[in-house]
Amino acid sequence: MTRFIAPLFLVVFALLPLGLTDPYLLNALIITGILTICAMSLNLLLGFTGQLSLGHVAFFGIGAYVSALTALGFDVSLPFGLRVTHEGGSPLLGFVLAIVLTGLCGYLIGRLSFRVRGAYFVIVTISFAEVVRLVALNWVELTQGPLALTAIPNMVLPVPSIGDVALRSKMQNYYLVLAVGVASYLLIARLVASRFGRAMRGLKENESLALSLGINATRTLTVAATVSAAMAGAAGSLYAHYIRIIDPDVFLFSYTVTMVIMVVSGGKGTLAGPLVGGIIFGLLPVALRPVMAPEAQWIVYGAILIAILFLMPRGIVPALEGLGERIAARRKAGDKPTDAMPAKMGANP
Amino acid sequence: MSTTSSSAILNVEHVGMKFGGLTAIADLHFDVHEGEILSLIGPNGAGKTTAFNIMTGFLKPTQGRVLFRGRDLSQTRPNEIARLGLARTFQRTSVFADDSVRDNVLIGLHRFGDDTRATALLDRLFPTPAARRAENAVRERAEAIIDMVGLSARAGDKAGSLSYGEQRLVGFALALAVEPKMLLLDEPVSGMNASETQGFVRLIRKVRDEGVTILLVEHDMPMVMEVSDRIVCLNYGRLIAEGPPEAIRTDPKVIEAYLGKSAAKLEQREVAHA
Repeated sequence: MTRFIAPLFLVVFALLPLGLTDPYLLNALIITGILTICAMSLNLLLGFTGQLSLGHVAFFGIGAYVSALTALGFDVSLPFGLRVTHEGGSPLLGFVLAIVLTGLCGYLIGRLSFRVRGAYFVIVTISFAEVVRLVALNWVELTQGPLALTAIPNMVLPVPSIGDVALRSKMQNYYLVLAVGVASYLLIARLVASRFGRAMRGLKENESLALSLGINATRTLTVAATVSAAMAGAAGSLYAHYIRIIDPDVFLFSYTVTMVIMVVSGGKGTLAGPLVGGIIFGLLPVALRPVMAPEAQWIVYGAILIAILFLMPRGIVPALEGLGERIAARRKAGDKPTDAMPAKMGANP
Repeated sequence: MSTTSSSAILNVEHVGMKFGGLTAIADLHFDVHEGEILSLIGPNGAGKTTAFNIMTGFLKPTQGRVLFRGRDLSQTRPNEIARLGLARTFQRTSVFADDSVRDNVLIGLHRFGDDTRATALLDRLFPTPAARRAENAVRERAEAIIDMVGLSARAGDKAGSLSYGEQRLVGFALALAVEPKMLLLDEPVSGMNASETQGFVRLIRKVRDEGVTILLVEHDMPMVMEVSDRIVCLNYGRLIAEGPPEAIRTDPKVIEAYLGKSAAKLEQREVAHA
């Protein structure tokens, strides 16, 4: 039953703006969508390879800055009298460069840190995010530092027979985020179902056995890190051209925490998990805001998170799967009370 | 000591392994010939599993080297050794417990029909006809392997829910999925009952008849005597005897290693009287 979650979400969210004109809600949906893409990308690492990247926001932020700077242009002097000037160009080019450069960052981080697994990987990713944030804060000539990059142009898409269309309205940006989200979902779904996905699963479940079967741990994990980082970079680019102003706060640790919450509550290692977690924890603040005081909101947010993890430790989607299996088993047992029954009962503690 | 014959697929050349002050293997030297079933026996703690871990790259020897088909494995990582065609099973049950038997074998087949064309990546990302064909071929191969080890009826069940003996078969199926030229089996029949063991002996023979060389570590002596072409016996990290099963069975050094000195003398006297 959980395999219907993604198509159902697609239909709902494709039709939703037709009956929804409130710009505040539309804005909340766009930001939630962008964070959900980040959560999906984090899930590729955390859920499918079991490696926790606590610096995932770095890729998001780098994507945002790369895309914004490509569109705005910059003029920086480097050591040894070098000077790099860029006139400013198409936001679409920025989007592509954001994907390429964050993918490259993901590759380098992966190469460096998968030699040291587990806790060391977590530390490397946190440090990486913090270093990048400090660079963004202090390299004023390039990033304007805390003064922020402003007047970032909207995303521009070339439409056949009309020419370039700037996506200015919220509705346009909403559908752009939805399109990138669908593409990301399909990419992850294909990857996970392929032989590459099997290698990832093998490594996560039993590394020495996987190695004995010829699975290359470093290469598999590096590819996963590269794809994951590039996807977060794409989300960062969408964010920059939608919000149109970015400062070093895009590297805040709390964004990473939000992504981890989305993945873990929805169910890591499942395709639909980050979608479910992303929608719940993306829209929860919006839902709570009109009914309670700000300080109470976050208490309720935390209480709901704890309740979900207490009742469904593996996340919402795996819990639904387990429920579905139990219903199917019961129905089967009701049809023919044969020897199949005790075996099923034993398999379901 | 055997000489390096041209038909040797694996040469263990004066391998030694020390863990700190403990000598697990003092000086181990033997060859495995292509197409044979060779058993490595010895009392507990003789260094058999350590030797296995060295041959498959999970440990680096402190002296000597291992050659597989003439290639030195000293600098080769476990996953690369598997790719060269030297696969292993583990002493303790080792399966992907949360996956079905079928998915286990599919993970093992992750390289099946591997191609390095640039379009292979596209095939992975888009459901092209070529991708579908490749996927079907992998699945067919998985079913064939599962059928060969006799687990077809359990193909859809989680590997972790199988009996101990069946899990050993899953481990064996995983090793077969690598399409090895040589298989190293670490106590494959421990935990199996007599009839399962008989089935496994037939399976090993069948795999060998398909051209796979087999190196076996096993405590089940009747099984070892039945299945082996040749036996190598270790004690205290040293090779103490080497030869066909009938020679090993009566070798005084082997009897001494297993039963102690007095038993060996007793045995010798009986042999002399007979």
